[in-house]
Amino acid sequence: MTQPLLANYFPILVFLAIAAGIAVAMVGGSVLAARQKPYAEKVSAYECGFEPFDDTRRRFDVRFYLVAILFIIFDLEVAFLFPWAVALGDIGWLGFLSMMAFLGVLTVGFIYEWRKGALDWE
Amino acid sequence: MNWTLVLPELVLALAGLAALVAGVLPKRDTSFAINMGVFGAMLLAAVLVMAQPEGTAFAGQYVSDAFTRFMKLLVLAGAALGLLVAMDWNVKEGLAKFEFPLLLLFSSLGMMVMVSANDLIALYLGLELLSLSLYVIAAFNRDSERSAEAGLKYFILGSLASGLLLYGASLIYGFAGSTNFDRIADAVSATEGVPFGLVVGLVFVLAALAFKVSAVPFHMWTPDVYEGAPTPVTAFFASAPKVAAIALLTRVAAGPFGELVEQWQQVLILASLGSMILGALAAIGQKNIKRLMAYSSIGHIGYALMGLAVGSDLGIRGLLLYMAIYLFTNVGAFAVLVAMRRNGRALEGIDDLAGLGRTDPAMALAMTVFMLSMAGIPPLAGFFGKLYVFLAAVYGGYWTLAVVGVLTSAVSAYYYLRVIKVMYFDAGEALDARPTSLSVVLAGTGLFTVFFFAFPAPFLAAAQAAVAALVG
Amino acid sequence: MIAALAFYVFAAILIASAVMVVTSRNPVHSVLFLILAFFNAAALFLIAGAEFLAMILVIVYVGAVAVLFLFIVMMLDIDFSRMREGLQRYAPIGAVIGGILFLELLFVFGSWQFAPDAATLRLNATPGPEVTNTEALGQLIYTDYIYLFQVAGLILLVAMIGAIVLTLRDKPANSKRQDIGVQVARAEAVKLANPPSRAGLGQLGIIRRPLPEAPKPKAVGHDHHDHHGGGHH
Repeated sequence: MTQPLLANYFPILVFLAIAAGIAVAMVGGSVLAARQKPYAEKVSAYECGFEPFDDTRRRFDVRFYLVAILFIIFDLEVAFLFPWAVALGDIGWLGFLSMMAFLGVLTVGFIYEWRKGALDWE
Repeated sequence: MNWTLVLPELVLALAGLAALVAGVLPKRDTSFAINMGVFGAMLLAAVLVMAQPEGTAFAGQYVSDAFTRFMKLLVLAGAALGLLVAMDWNVKEGLAKFEFPLLLLFSSLGMMVMVSANDLIALYLGLELLSLSLYVIAAFNRDSERSAEAGLKYFILGSLASGLLLYGASLIYGFAGSTNFDRIADAVSATEGVPFGLVVGLVFVLAALAFKVSAVPFHMWTPDVYEGAPTPVTAFFASAPKVAAIALLTRVAAGPFGELVEQWQQVLILASLGSMILGALAAIGQKNIKRLMAYSSIGHIGYALMGLAVGSDLGIRGLLLYMAIYLFTNVGAFAVLVAMRRNGRALEGIDDLAGLGRTDPAMALAMTVFMLSMAGIPPLAGFFGKLYVFLAAVYGGYWTLAVVGVLTSAVSAYYYLRVIKVMYFDAGEALDARPTSLSVVLAGTGLFTVFFFAFPAPFLAAAQAAVAALVG
Repeated sequence: MIAALAFYVFAAILIASAVMVVTSRNPVHSVLFLILAFFNAAALFLIAGAEFLAMILVIVYVGAVAVLFLFIVMMLDIDFSRMREGLQRYAPIGAVIGGILFLELLFVFGSWQFAPDAATLRLNATPGPEVTNTEALGQLIYTDYIYLFQVAGLILLVAMIGAIVLTLRDKPANSKRQDIGVQVARAEAVKLANPPSRAGLGQLGIIRRPLPEAPKPKAVGHDHHDHHGGGHH
């Protein structure tokens, strides 16, 4: 089941193992070695010396959502560009034009967004 | 690569892109022109579909034959009629944005991809293109809480169904090693016995498609979404997407899994029985006419699925005819609902139809025709639809289905007749004058429903050819 | 051996974090556990040889979808403790359905059967040692699967239209928006003058403030000043 490419990722695995080891050691060491005396005041939320007087969960402007979802769409579009760029030498004109059509569709979407003012903040 | 085969889809997609640019570039409001342009593009696509050659394209991902032609024409007719029904309503409700016809156009494109799908991935992508457009237009009246709720409900349950579909498709791919329907059919026939994993995958896919056609037990979203969405959107939901999803269901059941007929038959018989019974009983107490139509549409899907459940050529022919008749009758009935408006306010109660027999005899007559046709009274079109599926069930020896079908028809006749009674025997105020576009739709669908008995031959022949292409 | 060990570690963390997504009290914690689940799923893809998919999972799901989830969770002004009231009531039904599905899956995979030529039909994640995973995908998506690729593009377009239709508030028609081009092109905004050499501003008629040598009636002077001041800014 071992894939040949996995050997390339071995350093990352080692890195992850070391990172996990250090994190566990630090948190675990603090739990074991330090004195723990929690009381209500100490564990309460601290906000610039004030009592937190409001719920942290409040309505955001829906425009944040719009920006985020437009970002995701273009993110996906870019994801399609990677394999295309890597394989461009093998897939010929059809592959090239295929991507141009795909980008054309999304460019139309971009024109729509722009003219609608979805990219303006104000 | 066979580009000319996908010409209808290509034209529709390019028209959509052009309309999108035409909608935002000029400073002035172009929504009426875009409505007309999209309508024209749909008609053009329908003409191209009629001239479409047969064959497969893109390594078998896309198929064109008599079956896809029949279904695509229905889908495009449903979408074009849906657009006609919606235009005036959108202006009156302040929803006349040019995105509405565009979303209808892209959903029709998704339906055409679905109908022509010969591959699990194409099936999924077509379904997503359709569903995504439908989620948006369900919530199109976004300032209305009910519309937003309808969109959200539909979205959450719809994505659950998509998840089921993908899971089932992955099991099927795991078994067959290919997503192509022809390869899957080969793999099924080359295997001894019935692999359990394949059946589970198939049932998952069927469940997801049953959700899209709102067959029991996957119907629970239908009444709420139909009630909450703007009325012309509901009219669209109840017509074209159901035809496309039924087409997909038929293709999947009869194509790659034709040899597993005993496996999917049980599922479909249960869904058909459940839908017929629920559609007949749950609609009785409804006061809101959109909810009534929602339950009525669940019942009709039950009758249509009966044709597929019997698993014979005759049954599938009955199913295709049933969907064609249902589509036109349903759009006509919804055109009446869209016209229900008094002093500028849209109405949805059954009681609001009171007195229509005196105040607008033409529309009352049309509504009577649609209701009687849905109840299956001869010689209206709906009678023939039911006749063909019941005949198929009787020939196949499925007496339970046929008997339950007749009984539920009798029960559902009660609430269809109640609508007629309210129109003619109760007193009420006049509705606002109905716009011309609705009159055109009412006249067209009404004439079709009344005079179907005089010229059933071309429809029968087309359905017969479609079945021959499908079963091979 | 290392691959097998890594698989079990990542799979265990994946399942644990998936459980935490559902059971966390704080929805923000749920999202953070979801991100952890995505990372571990990416690691599993990597072990299966689907390198590109693993990276896309990190870029798209962790980088974008999780961000969107955080927005949504913060935007929803919902009393989460009240939402959980139904949990107790529906938990048994959910558990039964989950149990049935789980048993079904056990049966499915316990008696799994492949079609005879499935192995030859199925595409390998990495066709050969010299072709990378990303390249193999690239050779298929844009040519063999061009039809599906273009439909995917249209789906993205519809998603774009849908997001804008449902969330973008049209500006009221009578509110004024900044249009830099128009403002600059306005006739009195910028004046082009061709002054002769050695000429002062006063001689050209462009006067910023009343000159002390030529006192004028006060009101007129102020008018003059205001007018030009406005024009210059």
